[in-house]
Amino acid sequence: MENGRPGAENLGDRAFNGILWVLGIMILVVAGLIVLNLALVARPLAKDHSIWGFITQTRWDPVEDHFGALTFLYGTLVTAAISIALAVPVAIGLSLFITQFAPTKLGRVLTIPVELLAAIPSVVYGLWGLFIVVPWLRESIEPWLGKYFGWIPLFQGPPIGLGYLASGMILAVMILPTIVSVSVEVMKTTPETNREAALALGATKWEAVMMAVIPYSRAGIVGAVLLGLGRALGETMAVTMVIGNTPQISASLFAAGYSLPAVIANEFAEATSNVHVGALAGLGLILFATTFLLNAGARVLVTAVQKGPSRVRG
Amino acid sequence: MNLHASFTYRKVVDRGMAVVCAVFFALAFIPLLSVLWLVISKGAAGLSWAFFTQLPKPVGEVGGGIGNALVGTLFMVALACLIGLPLGVGAGVFLAEKGDGTIGNTVRFMAEVLSGVPSIVVGIVAYALVVVPMGHFSALAGAVALSILMIPTLARATEELVRLVPGSLREASLALGVPHWKTSLRVVIRTAMSGIVTACLLAVARAAGETAPLLFTALNNQYWNTDPRAPTASLTVAIFNYAISPYDDWHAKAWTASLVLLIVVGLLNIASRVLTRNRLKGAR
Repeated sequence: MENGRPGAENLGDRAFNGILWVLGIMILVVAGLIVLNLALVARPLAKDHSIWGFITQTRWDPVEDHFGALTFLYGTLVTAAISIALAVPVAIGLSLFITQFAPTKLGRVLTIPVELLAAIPSVVYGLWGLFIVVPWLRESIEPWLGKYFGWIPLFQGPPIGLGYLASGMILAVMILPTIVSVSVEVMKTTPETNREAALALGATKWEAVMMAVIPYSRAGIVGAVLLGLGRALGETMAVTMVIGNTPQISASLFAAGYSLPAVIANEFAEATSNVHVGALAGLGLILFATTFLLNAGARVLVTAVQKGPSRVRG
Repeated sequence: MNLHASFTYRKVVDRGMAVVCAVFFALAFIPLLSVLWLVISKGAAGLSWAFFTQLPKPVGEVGGGIGNALVGTLFMVALACLIGLPLGVGAGVFLAEKGDGTIGNTVRFMAEVLSGVPSIVVGIVAYALVVVPMGHFSALAGAVALSILMIPTLARATEELVRLVPGSLREASLALGVPHWKTSLRVVIRTAMSGIVTACLLAVARAAGETAPLLFTALNNQYWNTDPRAPTASLTVAIFNYAISPYDDWHAKAWTASLVLLIVVGLLNIASRVLTRNRLKGAR
């Protein structure tokens, strides 16, 4: 070590280093434990279910020990898609407002309500969704959509409130802070000189945003959206409370459905057979793999933007 | 974007888009205000001393409280802190001090990716780790799930806070002949300490609000419990059960319990903000 005679390394240093390394490696151990345990619990399922069969069949029958996850995959994907469609434009507009249009000081204050949105526990969102959003959808939004857009299959059927649309809307609120905080961060990395150059050439503020800010941070914004998508796919409580928990696939967004995390939440504690628990853990594995890939991709994109392209750096 | 358009047109587009962005901002505000207002207005009516101190009563009987759930949440979060805080903070210090190599980068990447793993999945993991070997649901299993959720986010936050400490401080200490480990503990980490406490408070707030990983680890309990080996009630699971029940009285209890939960989470967040502000003042 550089702080002593060569070879005479301090005993305290060695111990400290050792402890730090053990603690750091613990993160990898935790990751390993997650994969290992999910696989272990899911193993009884593998006996008479192929992976392909599991994700392409719709019949979910704990009594006969026959499990297909397609219904839940469908519900998860539809609700996540609705939430992304609703949240992304708002999140990007909001981030642009905070970083570009609002005065710097105001922008800093404006991040507080966004942080507050993120701090509200998901079960409270669920409660709010169940007693406020669902009746509102049932009584005003869904009848209105059905009346004017009823020719689209998405908006057909009786307005029951509970269902894909309600889940998607609440998910949109929940993933908004994730997308905003990450996109604000990547937008802030845009070199001020790029923006000023555009402004100096006569661009309006909005044109400068489109010419300098968006192209520079595009990959990072995509990363932010992926992080939001990961959160939407895995969100459990709020969705369980408002999706209706009905195992069916329907084209209408008004219909009740079911999602991967919701099944796990509802059935895990009461599952008695090993195969049933295994099937639920199988759903967990699908969730884990998807969110893992999404998050990994998102991190790569966001880090790339934060480091900045090498040609801009010089 | 049409740069050949007239200047007036471009000006109008510019103003228009600024307004659209501001409107989006207002749009994001509505749910926040709605949630806060409804939880406060619907929850405040049920607040009473009994609500905090009594056990829940069966359906049909008036009164009763969520005392056991409140104690259960505090107990499980405390247990989770015992496991999660040292591991999370420790991993963060590792990342800041030794995290520049390949292994460090891998650990950092893992921590980032793990912080996005759905909490329900972590619940299954805790089930396999604790419930299966023990043979029954327990507060310990819930605490393990919460601690697994705490570790990755806490590690990343701690790393950033430790890295904020100026290198000159470390060098000054080393130049005085203080060994590396003492410099790290007594100079670097101590300087970052108030920030780390903030990160811990936020991790605790997040853990207190988790529901999904508790459903099949800690399960629920109708009675008081402070035994880590027994199933335990929690505030969040109580809210869930009350909310999906068909009884109006229980719905009212769900709102009141939500108010209590929001107050707990809010206080932790405010405390962390106050600490951060003091830290910034101290640095100046």
